Amino acid sequence: MNLLDLVIAIPGVGFLIALLIPRKQEQAIRIFTLAVSLVTFVASLGLATGYKFGQAGQQFVTNVVWISNPEIHWHVGIDGLSLWLFILSTLLTPISILISWRFVRNQPKEFYAFLVLLEFGLVGVFAAWDLFLFYVFWEIVLVPMYFLIGIWGHDRRIYAALKFFLYTFAGSVLMLVAIIFLYNRAGTFDYAAILSGLQSGKVTLTHGEETFLFLAFFIAFAIKVPIFPLHTWLPDAHVEAPSAGSLMLASVMLKMGTYGLLRFCVPMFPTASHENAPWIVILAIIGIVYGALVAMVQPNMKKLVAYSSVSHLGFVVLGIFSFTQMGFDGAVYQMLNHGISTGALFVLVGFMYERRHSLAIADYGGVATVAPWLSAVFLITTLASIGLPMLNNFVGEFLVLQGTAQANFEWTIFAALGVIFSACYMLWLYQRVFFGQTSDEVKHHMPDFNAREWACVIPLVLMMVWMGIYSQTFLPAVSETNAKILEQSKANTALQVSLPRREPNAGLTLAAGGHIHAH
Amino acid sequence: MPINFSPSPDDLLRFSPEIILTVAGTLLMVLDPLFAKRFPKLFGHLAILALALATWGAVAANAVPGASFSDLLVVDGFATFFRVLVLAIGILSVLASYRYLGREEAETGEYHALLLFSVVGQCFMVAANDLIMIFIGLEISSIASYILAGYLRDDKRNNEAALKYFLLGSFATAFFLYGVALLYGVTATTKLDEIRTALNSPAAVSSFAMVAVAAALIFVGLGFKVSGAPFQVWAPDVYQGAPAPVSAFLATAPKAAAFAIFFRIFLTAFQQIAGGWEPLVWISALLSMTIGNFAALTQTNVKRLLAYSSVAHAGYILVALAAHSEIGTAAAMFYLAAYALMNIGAFAVVIHIAGKGERYLKIDDLAGLGKRQPGTAAMLTVFLLSLIGIPLTGGFFGKYYIFQAALQSNLVWLAVLGLLNSAVAAYYYLRLLVVMYFNEPGEGAETLEPLTPGLRAALILPAIGTFFLGVVPGFVLGFAQRSAALIR
Repeated sequence: MNLLDLVIAIPGVGFLIALLIPRKQEQAIRIFTLAVSLVTFVASLGLATGYKFGQAGQQFVTNVVWISNPEIHWHVGIDGLSLWLFILSTLLTPISILISWRFVRNQPKEFYAFLVLLEFGLVGVFAAWDLFLFYVFWEIVLVPMYFLIGIWGHDRRIYAALKFFLYTFAGSVLMLVAIIFLYNRAGTFDYAAILSGLQSGKVTLTHGEETFLFLAFFIAFAIKVPIFPLHTWLPDAHVEAPSAGSLMLASVMLKMGTYGLLRFCVPMFPTASHENAPWIVILAIIGIVYGALVAMVQPNMKKLVAYSSVSHLGFVVLGIFSFTQMGFDGAVYQMLNHGISTGALFVLVGFMYERRHSLAIADYGGVATVAPWLSAVFLITTLASIGLPMLNNFVGEFLVLQGTAQANFEWTIFAALGVIFSACYMLWLYQRVFFGQTSDEVKHHMPDFNAREWACVIPLVLMMVWMGIYSQTFLPAVSETNAKILEQSKANTALQVSLPRREPNAGLTLAAGGHIHAH
Repeated sequence: MPINFSPSPDDLLRFSPEIILTVAGTLLMVLDPLFAKRFPKLFGHLAILALALATWGAVAANAVPGASFSDLLVVDGFATFFRVLVLAIGILSVLASYRYLGREEAETGEYHALLLFSVVGQCFMVAANDLIMIFIGLEISSIASYILAGYLRDDKRNNEAALKYFLLGSFATAFFLYGVALLYGVTATTKLDEIRTALNSPAAVSSFAMVAVAAALIFVGLGFKVSGAPFQVWAPDVYQGAPAPVSAFLATAPKAAAFAIFFRIFLTAFQQIAGGWEPLVWISALLSMTIGNFAALTQTNVKRLLAYSSVAHAGYILVALAAHSEIGTAAAMFYLAAYALMNIGAFAVVIHIAGKGERYLKIDDLAGLGKRQPGTAAMLTVFLLSLIGIPLTGGFFGKYYIFQAALQSNLVWLAVLGLLNSAVAAYYYLRLLVVMYFNEPGEGAETLEPLTPGLRAALILPAIGTFFLGVVPGFVLGFAQRSAALIR
């Protein structure tokens, strides 16, 4: 049992213990779950400090048999792609518990227990190296989020919760078909083994099969991201969820989709990825522009932020399907940025909702005069979100645009539109909410941050600045793993293309090359 | 062949479960007039004791596998698996019945005796090696079930359910028997392995039409018993009308036994004509899943909803039969075990909330259960998540194994359609969760009584079993795989 197992186990065990705490002990439940998530976070920092740079493969590996037939392993590990997403999950869970501290009165025990269970599922998704285990965690995430939206959400919560569950579930059963199919071919669920099998030619797929598998995985991930036109569950779920739910949904759960695209779709099915890239890129660009335009006309703050997520995640997908190093790096960095800055937006909107009990932009105005600190932090977050240099999103957007430009300059032009639009809707939102006439309701119900709220926002603001100024802390690990994924996708493509006319010797060399590379 | 009427000690051990249950059932009938007034719970206790003893007998019998009684019956891993399964279902059904019978003031020995006889019939079915023996087991099981379905004889719905079940059930059994007769005409035997050999001979090829008709008739009869589409029409009415604990029993035990003989007959006797029945099973599987799931979407009565869901689940198991492989058989066995646990658990909650005269059976009557009785609600959540097929539950692994078998047999489309079907199914199971957790308590909630020990056990044991199958499926699956290898 190494540090990684421990970090995954803490929230899992914490959830079970939280269930045993008597219902009446509300404060004890809050403190306990907060402590669990903080311990998880601190322990997960050990993964970052102990991470060995310069080796792109998985680290902190545990690989033991869970179920012997079919052989399913508890195979967890961390590499540059998952490291920061993993820590993002552990960072945001305590924040999600803290922002709910006063607000959740109804059945608090289940609420906090579900948040910890959610964390267990999320860290598991990012750490799993066994396809089956990945699927198990992927589905576990669904259950607590369904209840978080359905029990503690706003007016249309039931509709939103059902829609969320059914969309995601329909996608993931397709993925299950693909996983079983791969198992029947490769005889294993182990991601690395399947990947090296595919690359060395030991596991062969016909063109049709590869396309089918790619699409099965892709649809599951595309629903989660969400990629236009599969995004319609997102505005409902985000708006109806309680603040903590919106935070975890936007900041971490959407990344499960983009993570899956980069981890599974691209390296395992490179030919299909390249072939299908043109229309996926078009959908991503539509998402960027459409999300931004729809965000612009939203009268509801949460809905605005939700649609902005569709737009931001379009950038990530664009970066991935540019198949360039910079595009990949930018995509991963943008996943983290979106987690931090959109997460912060949901936190701040949540604070305002607690005060004013309204999400309508029209109900605000002139907040800057009564709550200057809140306004300042909101401003920093807004600027980060629209990609101001020295703040985090700039780095990611720049890399994505640069990578896209290397692949196809026309794409860049359309994608850049998204950046411009984001400035429009965010600044306009800021102007309407924080400037102008201060109404009486706002004046009387808008106190500034208290200590607990400061504790929630300070880490997020620090991260925005840190990630904007010194991306070197984060990018090297991401970059070296991405380089490997990029090479994997190319190597495999070359092999597939050369298949029909290769001579026996050439095939052997290639196969051997793939094999060596895999180790 | 000389027939030896004195059974050997091994024979007695092999069939100790049936012997114990028959004696116990008869005893309960005799004790009924003596103790019905003074110790109404006694019959339940005795039934559980008998079933537990029989389970022990079934496990012990597995140590001396082999054929008995002129090869009419056989004890193998497959038979043991299903005997233990139907006996366990019997125990859980009795546990779930205590409160219900007490509430309806209908605690009699005859209820439990009928239950035991029904289980005896199922034990015979799953251990039978001969079509006549299968038929006898089927009849013992069915006739007891018909009476159980109409157990509360002053209740209109009970009567309707019993009558429907009886009429349609008799038809189905007649179909089955007709098939057996035709098959006997062609092969001059009723023993499964001899039929298989006979069907391989040139003589059988010449009378192919007769064999095909016989197989089709048997398929219809068994299709009815497992409530596979298009022979599912009776199931919703019967499950809805029968007393709730009887519905729980009917939806699991006779179905498991019927599937056992379905697999045994088609994988042994009809092995040679697999090309003929595989498409039929394929179609029936798809129809069952689709009809079951889509019909369940619009139900407002929980029992009826569970009935349609059980049709859909029969469809999943038919997928495993369509896969026609060892792993498919093992998958079906595993799934039936998981299905029995989650279904009985769900029905136990229905029994709990139904109230006297089964007044509260609408989905809306579950409203607020999450607040009023979080423990009960949590259990139902486990069963529903398992029925949906969420990981770490038995239902998920069952589904996984079945669709893995289907994909291995290249039934890609059936697997894709089946799994998409399970996404449809998620909707109506989630609706129950919605009502239970997201809605405010309704009228039924006020009269909701606390859980009785029997119901508590009927909830907790299946929940533990569901998690056991979901977290460490290896034990049961390993046994199923070893047994499935014997069926060929």
